[in-house]
Amino acid sequence: MDFKNGKELLALCHENDMRISDIMLRREITESEVSQEDVVSRMQVSLDIMKKAAVSSIEEPRKSMGGLIGGEAKKAYESACRICGPVLSDAIAYAMSVLEVNATMGLIVAAPTAGSSGVIPGVLMALSKHEHISDDELIKGLFNASAVGYLFMRNASVAGAEGGCQAEVGAASAMAASAITEMLGGTPDMCLNSASFAISNILGMVCDPIAGLVEAPCQSRNAIGVSNAFTSAQLSMAGIKHHVPFDEMVDCMMEVGRSLPRELRETALGGCACTPTGCDLSCKIFG
Amino acid sequence: MEFISAFDVIGPNMIGPSSSHTAGAAAMALLARKLFGDKTPAKVSFTLYGSFAKTYKGHGTDKALLGGMLGFRPDDMRIRDSFRIAEEEGLDFRFIEDDETETPHSNTADILMIDEDGYTLSVRGVSVGGGKIKLTRFNNIDVDFTGEYSALIVRQNDRPGVAAHITSCLAEANVNIAFMNLFREDKGTTAYTVVESDEKIPADVLDKIRDQENIMEVKLVQV
Repeated sequence: MDFKNGKELLALCHENDMRISDIMLRREITESEVSQEDVVSRMQVSLDIMKKAAVSSIEEPRKSMGGLIGGEAKKAYESACRICGPVLSDAIAYAMSVLEVNATMGLIVAAPTAGSSGVIPGVLMALSKHEHISDDELIKGLFNASAVGYLFMRNASVAGAEGGCQAEVGAASAMAASAITEMLGGTPDMCLNSASFAISNILGMVCDPIAGLVEAPCQSRNAIGVSNAFTSAQLSMAGIKHHVPFDEMVDCMMEVGRSLPRELRETALGGCACTPTGCDLSCKIFG
Repeated sequence: MEFISAFDVIGPNMIGPSSSHTAGAAAMALLARKLFGDKTPAKVSFTLYGSFAKTYKGHGTDKALLGGMLGFRPDDMRIRDSFRIAEEEGLDFRFIEDDETETPHSNTADILMIDEDGYTLSVRGVSVGGGKIKLTRFNNIDVDFTGEYSALIVRQNDRPGVAAHITSCLAEANVNIAFMNLFREDKGTTAYTVVESDEKIPADVLDKIRDQENIMEVKLVQV
């Protein structure tokens, strides 16, 4: 039960009357020859790491290795301003917490990368809290997200060095959008439609980490990734169709990534990293 | 095309901040340790090249390398405290920054391990992205070794029939060879055979392989 693109994935869903998460779980069991129980319990471990990382910097902030971040998640979580509403406000804080955990040498799940590791946990934990979604459903959400992420890895790239931040936070938000859509009862077509929205919304986003570290602007980009995921899922659940099918958006993302200059692909030679302040900070950190 | 698992997407589980500079660093040192005999050496030095040399402090590459050398996996929380733990265990370690020597890959480290009785092993590790690594040098020999499979590494005299001896021992033990590579220093001197297999290689094969005059050393690394 394997698939090479979104079209084949949807065909499998239709033929078998299954959700994207079911197909991905089946694929994992058949292709890697591991029992369903083992695959699911391994995903539970990933979920548990995500849950912990989503709150630990809110409860106990620490300064990052490079010193550029630390304490932002707690501030976001405790802020009196809740203009984004309860779900998104909490998801933003959770996503930022994961990036702080990552930057302080804590344990995270790269999803799909360390630099974009906050988006999916942020979304899942907020849904768990406000929509009372169970662990079993969250795990299905992770299998749904991994189907979308797999297609980015297979047919494009999730490396900032190859595709810029659109390949990292962009892919993470497309994965998260699809997972949200399924968890809220959307069809497989609606899932990939939401992923199309998510990737097109931040197409072209560059990877320009200050001092070359996974700290800033990575942390706030994970917050925007969460917002992008919810917005894209909301559009799709409303029955709004993106004009470009998912597979074409994956190719398009890679094309845009290739046309980004090297300076804007994780080298810290452009963007935020190359502003006068970005350069000063880099000099302070590395002497 | 290589199979991409759900856990390659949602994963690896790792100590941050960087899959290439932190998780990859821990993984390469852990593999180096396994090749050394799965024990902590008395002394270790890490020479860092390219991006490792320039940014290792901000990425905790040094802590991760040392953690791997102590036997910690890339998702082991003890990596954060690896300097303290290494000092407690009496491991003599140092880091050398070499940002002048050009290496084919940016994220490269040479790891030199020495035992109390002088046994020495040096390897070159390369972090190739997403936490994946390979070793490209083993003592002075160029190799290509990922540690993703169970592997047998044999140091031998470069004489006819040695490779045949190794494969026949493996065939007797019913080991299916996934990859097999032969590397040598110079013609007629020392050679290395690296055999990788999808399944565990039974330890008793080692004794059979050793039982040949041209075999100098046999090492086994299990997945």
